[in-house]
Amino acid sequence: MTTLKLNGRDVSFDVDPETPLLWVIRDQLGLTGTKFGCGIGMCGACTVHLNGRAVRSCILPAAAADGAAITTIEGLDPNGQHPLQQAWIETQAPQCGYCQSGQIMQAATLLQDFPQPTDKDIDSVMNGNLCRCMAYRRIRAAIKLAATRMGEEAGHE
Amino acid sequence: MFKRVILFLLALIVVGIAGVFVLAWHPSYEPIEPPAAASFDAGQVQRGEMLASAGYCATCHTAKGGARNAGGYPLKTGFGTIHSTNITPDPATGIGTWSEAAFARAMREGIARDGSELYPAFPFDHFTRLSDEDVAALYAYLMSQAAVSAPAKDNKLPFPLNIRALQAGWKLLFLDQGRFEPVAGKSEEWNRGAYLAEGLGHCGACHTPRNALGAEKSGEHVYAGAFIDGWTAPALNAAQAAPLAWNADELFGFLRRGGTALHGVAAGPMSEVVHEGLSALPDSDIHALATYFAEVNGSDARSAESNARLATLVESGAPDPRARYDEGADLYRSACAACHYNSAHPPALLRPELALNSALSEAVPTNFIRVVLHGVGIGEGIPGAMMPPFDRALSDPEIAAIAAYLRDTMTDKPAWTDLSTRIAAVRQGGSGS
Repeated sequence: MTTLKLNGRDVSFDVDPETPLLWVIRDQLGLTGTKFGCGIGMCGACTVHLNGRAVRSCILPAAAADGAAITTIEGLDPNGQHPLQQAWIETQAPQCGYCQSGQIMQAATLLQDFPQPTDKDIDSVMNGNLCRCMAYRRIRAAIKLAATRMGEEAGHE
Repeated sequence: MFKRVILFLLALIVVGIAGVFVLAWHPSYEPIEPPAAASFDAGQVQRGEMLASAGYCATCHTAKGGARNAGGYPLKTGFGTIHSTNITPDPATGIGTWSEAAFARAMREGIARDGSELYPAFPFDHFTRLSDEDVAALYAYLMSQAAVSAPAKDNKLPFPLNIRALQAGWKLLFLDQGRFEPVAGKSEEWNRGAYLAEGLGHCGACHTPRNALGAEKSGEHVYAGAFIDGWTAPALNAAQAAPLAWNADELFGFLRRGGTALHGVAAGPMSEVVHEGLSALPDSDIHALATYFAEVNGSDARSAESNARLATLVESGAPDPRARYDEGADLYRSACAACHYNSAHPPALLRPELALNSALSEAVPTNFIRVVLHGVGIGEGIPGAMMPPFDRALSDPEIAAIAAYLRDTMTDKPAWTDLSTRIAAVRQGGSGS
């Protein structure tokens, strides 16, 4: 039996120890905001947070995450109003949208580590999140907008 | 004349073999009634438990899924497989009938209660350094555990290694018995570190290479690094491959918390050492170990050079623009950089900077390959953080391309050879060395 804290809620499940976490999140627990892209950790569509760090859930055996806190796009902000989500809408970053939950989850940990990221920081950390619509320029702009807003908010506190 | 020489040589061999058997004769200690757990001082038992943890007794004396300390764990040596024994106080199958004197002899001389020789897979060559007080505390703890009935498993050793008496010859050659002697002129902290490292911690058992007869080599080979259990146990002396010096602060952080920003995380068997062994010891003992090993590796002399290199090294860790046409650079950028990229120096603890990681500078890529294939578990390294396994995501040539790219751009070492073959070997559970 594997136990997780998924978006703040305790969940447990019984699966083959090799089953990737992504399948548990989508098929067993019914949260389909996290997407399957390549299945080999090369595209970033399946990115979730494990104890606050971005991981590719398609290559992570669910059993290896036993006891961890997992956050998916559904749990990033209770009202879907994380500064990144707002910036994404404002800059109209997505086109088809398939890769976007992975992009946002990766960007959220990017901003923890690099609160005011340079272009090089963004490119280096976001390189593993592919976008077939080539929205990279708008994704970069959205990240910078969110970083500015979050910096201002932190300054007001 | 010729006949005489032959006869003389034969006589010499006979005398030699007889000699070994004479050496191998040891008295048996009378079996005792297992002492009641309550007969030991509670403080002493607690201290013994701490020492047992820091000596990793249970690591070798517990079979996978078996009862703690009940033995049966297979130690795969170059000579054959030796099964660890039951060190719970069960009278029939454990050490319940061992007096403290019998236990102390086993720890110091490698001789069982009945007088038979123990194999040096049991590191009595280190435990012989323990103080009387520590041996007594270990005895008190082991005899206070719940008794578990678990008969010893047969060893798989070829003739003549299965003759235990021959171990007497091994000991004559390689066992240097005696308590730890503090070194005059060294600080109390240094001596405490040396005592823990050389005795209970038996660090050399993994980190010192062994000779053809399985004994740790001496002199310049001490802590020169060795292969064990499919991993490289890196050098702990001045020959260590890490790009930045392992000073006392770095050693403390690694041994206490399982990883540091400047050296990466403890994976594989070393992660167990940190989290299931050394975790029992107080900070003062970890500082002592750090002080001792900082001198063993001579890091003070390298600290100025280290500081100068840090900025350059972190810069080299950023993904390379060559990514568009170099497969290794491309894969590093896609699969690794999201977590491993740093822009500032010092780098972030939870963004392990590969340019600073000794796995990339080792002469062989064993540890690098293992970590890419199997990841770093959630309880390993820095607990709570983890690296997923890429064994099903990346092919051997892809991992080889990443390894070659990182070795080329982040270290000043020559390229690794035969990468694909080594990766295939590590996939099969080998060391790829």
